[in-house]
Amino acid sequence: MTLPLFFFYVFSIVAVASALMVIASRNPVHSVLFLILTFVNAAGLFLLAGAEFLALILVVVYVGAVAVLFLFVVMMLDVDFAEMRSGMLQYAPVGVLVGIVLLLELLLVAGSFAVSPEIARSAVVPIDGGLENTRALGQIMYTRYVYLFQAAGAVLLVAMIGAIVLTLRHKVGVKRQDPAVQVGRKRSETLQVVKVKSGQGL
Amino acid sequence: MGLEIGLGHYLTVAAILFTLGVFGIFLNRKNVIIILMSVELILLAVNLNLVAFSAHLGDLQGQVFALMILTVAAAEAAIGLAILVIFYRNRGSIAVDDVNMMKG
Repeated sequence: MTLPLFFFYVFSIVAVASALMVIASRNPVHSVLFLILTFVNAAGLFLLAGAEFLALILVVVYVGAVAVLFLFVVMMLDVDFAEMRSGMLQYAPVGVLVGIVLLLELLLVAGSFAVSPEIARSAVVPIDGGLENTRALGQIMYTRYVYLFQAAGAVLLVAMIGAIVLTLRHKVGVKRQDPAVQVGRKRSETLQVVKVKSGQGL
Repeated sequence: MGLEIGLGHYLTVAAILFTLGVFGIFLNRKNVIIILMSVELILLAVNLNLVAFSAHLGDLQGQVFALMILTVAAAEAAIGLAILVIFYRNRGSIAVDDVNMMKG
């Protein structure tokens, strides 16, 4: 067994096992942590396939942002997760049935087809062996696929605005600073000079 | 199984991950957070397929596709969790059974 194949099996077995734990674990916090483990191992699989940039992006985006977002929401919401799991086995038989059929079909397709050699020869952007993966991706991202790249940016912008608009709320009774009112104050509104007779007070 | 990592190896792992994601949606019918995580698993399986084909065919286009899926998955997680937070704020629960507000 060669070393890459050994690491392929290590990464894929850990990824599949932790993916199973994501859906089967009792505590949602554990689920998120197993999701992180799955993503890290998938990043290892990407590395073995020669997609270094995507592997590191997967770690940065998923482990660094999405998984932490999940963890944040799981911990912020005070939900009785034990009660939520009560009806869990109710749908399990249907799920097992659908899952087995789906898996068998997918494996049948994955194991039985062959790629025709003409397709491999007519690659749209052939991978250049002398160029590192990140540089090669950058060279086509900003030229050939620049509109796609901009569209991805627009998708993220819309998602950001959407998330802010959805969760923003104005509470009544909270005092906020209003710079316009502060700057617009006049001397006559705030200051009053009063003549005080001595010995009498106000 | 040969001594080299082939396309079939990657497709098998991706198929198992995809199936686990679908099964997770069935298994955790009540918990929206786990359902969102299952969707992330499914998208990860799709990405794995694209990268495997990209490596096998020697075409960089598959990795560009995977990058776009990564973007959409991140956006989907952000919007989904935002909806979850406002839903919890309104109803005090995140159970799927309670999501029948808009029922006519």
